[in-house]
Amino acid sequence: MSETNRELEPLSDPGLPEHVHRKTDVDPLAAKKAERQVSILFTLSALGTILFVYAYVWIPEDTLIFLPLFNVTNAHQLFLGLGLAMALFFIGMGAVHWAKTLMPDHEVVDYRKEQRSKDEDRAAFVATVKDGAAQAGLGRRPLIKRSLGLALGLVGISPILLLRDLGPLPENDLNETNWKAGTRLVTDPGDRPIRPSDLEVGGVAQVQPEFPAGKVRHLDDIAQDSVLLIRIRPEEFNLDAERLSWTYEGIIAFSKICSHMGCAVALYEQTTKHLLCPCHQSTFDVTRAAKVIFGPAARPLPQLAITVDNEGYLVAKAPFNEAVGPSFWGRDSQ
Amino acid sequence: MSARERVAGGTASFIDERTGAAKWMKKTLTKVFPDHWSFMLGEIVMYSFVILLLSGTFLTFWFDPSMREVEYEGSYEPLNGIKMSAAYASALHISFDVRGGLLMRQIHHWAALIFMAAMVVHMMRVFFTGAFRKPRELNWIIGVALLTLGIVEGFLGYSLPDDLLSGTGIRIAEAIIQAIPVVGSYLSYFIFGGAFPGEMFIQRIYAVHILLIPGIMLALITAHLMLVWYQKHTQYPGPGRTEKNVVGYPLMPVYMAKAGGFFFIVFGVTAFLGAVAQINPIWIYGPYNPGQIGAGSQPDWYMGWLDGLVRAAPPIETHAFGITISWNILIPGLIIPGIIFTLMAFYPFIEQWMTGDKREHHVLDRPRNNPNRTAIGAMSLTFTLVSLINGGNDLLATHFDLSINQIMWFSRIGLIVLPPIAFVITKRICLSLQRADREKVLHGRETGRLVMLPHGEFIEVHEPLSPEKAYVLTAHEQLPALEIGEADENGVANPQGFKGKLRARMSKASQEQISKPTPKEMLELEDGHH
Repeated sequence: MSETNRELEPLSDPGLPEHVHRKTDVDPLAAKKAERQVSILFTLSALGTILFVYAYVWIPEDTLIFLPLFNVTNAHQLFLGLGLAMALFFIGMGAVHWAKTLMPDHEVVDYRKEQRSKDEDRAAFVATVKDGAAQAGLGRRPLIKRSLGLALGLVGISPILLLRDLGPLPENDLNETNWKAGTRLVTDPGDRPIRPSDLEVGGVAQVQPEFPAGKVRHLDDIAQDSVLLIRIRPEEFNLDAERLSWTYEGIIAFSKICSHMGCAVALYEQTTKHLLCPCHQSTFDVTRAAKVIFGPAARPLPQLAITVDNEGYLVAKAPFNEAVGPSFWGRDSQ
Repeated sequence: MSARERVAGGTASFIDERTGAAKWMKKTLTKVFPDHWSFMLGEIVMYSFVILLLSGTFLTFWFDPSMREVEYEGSYEPLNGIKMSAAYASALHISFDVRGGLLMRQIHHWAALIFMAAMVVHMMRVFFTGAFRKPRELNWIIGVALLTLGIVEGFLGYSLPDDLLSGTGIRIAEAIIQAIPVVGSYLSYFIFGGAFPGEMFIQRIYAVHILLIPGIMLALITAHLMLVWYQKHTQYPGPGRTEKNVVGYPLMPVYMAKAGGFFFIVFGVTAFLGAVAQINPIWIYGPYNPGQIGAGSQPDWYMGWLDGLVRAAPPIETHAFGITISWNILIPGLIIPGIIFTLMAFYPFIEQWMTGDKREHHVLDRPRNNPNRTAIGAMSLTFTLVSLINGGNDLLATHFDLSINQIMWFSRIGLIVLPPIAFVITKRICLSLQRADREKVLHGRETGRLVMLPHGEFIEVHEPLSPEKAYVLTAHEQLPALEIGEADENGVANPQGFKGKLRARMSKASQEQISKPTPKEMLELEDGHH
């Protein structure tokens, strides 16, 4: 603030208030008392460490005790923590109390200078830079300048290229699952094939595609293949003829992987026949081919066409006709 | 000379003869720091960072960052024989079979929450008092970078145990990456080493979580502190405090004892929380499986507002020419946070542009004396708070027996309507407080004592403020709005056009003030012309 402004101020600066002495500054008894308080705090810290060692060595790790508020809790872990907390906390309290009562509390004034350097220093700095650049002669030797530019521009390629092997290209991976025409639906967990009669009306089951013997199911597969089977009364469906033909005796199958961000759509409300994703609350109507009726999801859950094979087990009639899971740039969502 | 003095002198001499640091050390040890409780917030951030480094190092001794499938055999009976990743199994091992392991895990997680919370409150203090003004803009930008890194670091940290909850969080992060136009699915395949979840992810984020990001943060914190040191700390207005000085206590011994002691207090409180307050009980969630999920899946609070934005997004995707653009993910997940953090980082310069004030400032503003800035802050906080509420809409619905659809609609509308309302209300409150300050300076403090005058009139007795108090209420500066005319004196339209008009308008809004008492008004009072 400039000095002229200061003159227009309604009140002039009264300056630093007079220093007020603390009781510990003037009364030796008070100072002695503060000294004792500080040493008590440090002693409490030492007791905390002793509690910590005691808990570590002598309280068995599986001791459960009942404490009001905490219910049943593990005593080993609790007293270990309380001991550590005491040991640390009281060192801090002691030091702060010491500083506040016994160390000098005279406020001191220090002066600032503007961050900006003096004009001659700035000029000298600019001159040094210019001088240095002139000595390097970059301006006079365009060949060096250009070839250096080329080299620096290209050198960044190596580290980027080195990252290439972080992973394979997606290719058509995101559009494919392990469901093929005729793949049996098996329970998850359990890997047992299912007959329509295994699922009551109102029932829900999580299934995976049956794998040939010897092939191991990885989490990557589950992240793509998980399917939810839901059985309702056939007359409750509100589907077009094609989608109705994808169901079997009231059993309808949807990808369990949310079309929004890929969470497992696990909450089924039997009375309303709604599926709810617990991550972002997208809600899908089972009777209308998992149409989105609420929340941020923009697409229905993909439906899997199902039927039964000769032995009466549920099988996929065809693979999913669209990519499952969240959207991506190259997804054909027409 | 006592033995102790000889040792001290000897040490000082040993160091100085090898570094020539005596002069610098003397200056450093007597450096002055102003005292105020709100200056401790940044300290809490720094101390929790140290606690995070210490407890995190302890955890690395047992944690196995691998997605290799193992069968659990340990003290926690319910999960015995279950197949899980080595990462999850080792996190269980730390929790149940390493003495003090669970305590350290809980201290680490609590310290992370305190780190983020203290950082946010510290930034609020810096924002509302105008501490970011010149020459401290760079330190503000470093702070915004640290906040961003802190959010990412925290997210990666709670993702490492590879439990069902954290895996769900990673699934969502993967969906955001996958939604990036053109390169999304490629990026995702590179990051995860193939299809989600793959077998590479945990070891990759482990390297980022324990080395890369903490390293960058440590460097930024160092730069942040060096700048604070070099520029000297700001101070609140008060008698004897000016733009040209700094009033406070010397580093040695008062601040060493206070700040050092405060580190132990913060560590002690964190350890207490780790001992009594359970956090992230991963054994309850079970191992990650993309086909399963727990109801009420929630991120940690500093991610919660982002999740709330994603939940509130309208279901819009563009399908054309065989491609898909997920606006329902891109807008809340990348575009809005990108805009918010960019505006936040550049705010010091935006304010300079609005006010035309490019001078150095070392005396802090009382928030009421800059109503426009305070209102902008309240507006931003309201936006974040509504999104945070929506991030917990499922829990609110179940705990308070509300309909989740209603909370979602409240948030969707509230995100747009409430921030401007908060702006207007905050600005009005600030101006009213300025009016109250003006009254107090001119007519004194209301004592609450009623007196009946001889002719029967009742008056309340006012007591004049002490000169120190009155000075605090009038020490701030009130700048006039920038004068950017629509046309110059010759009638030529302002060449700056729209930009000029916008700036004039913003400047007018930002300089709206209740004028503080003038010297003339003060003189009249002193002369008794009441």
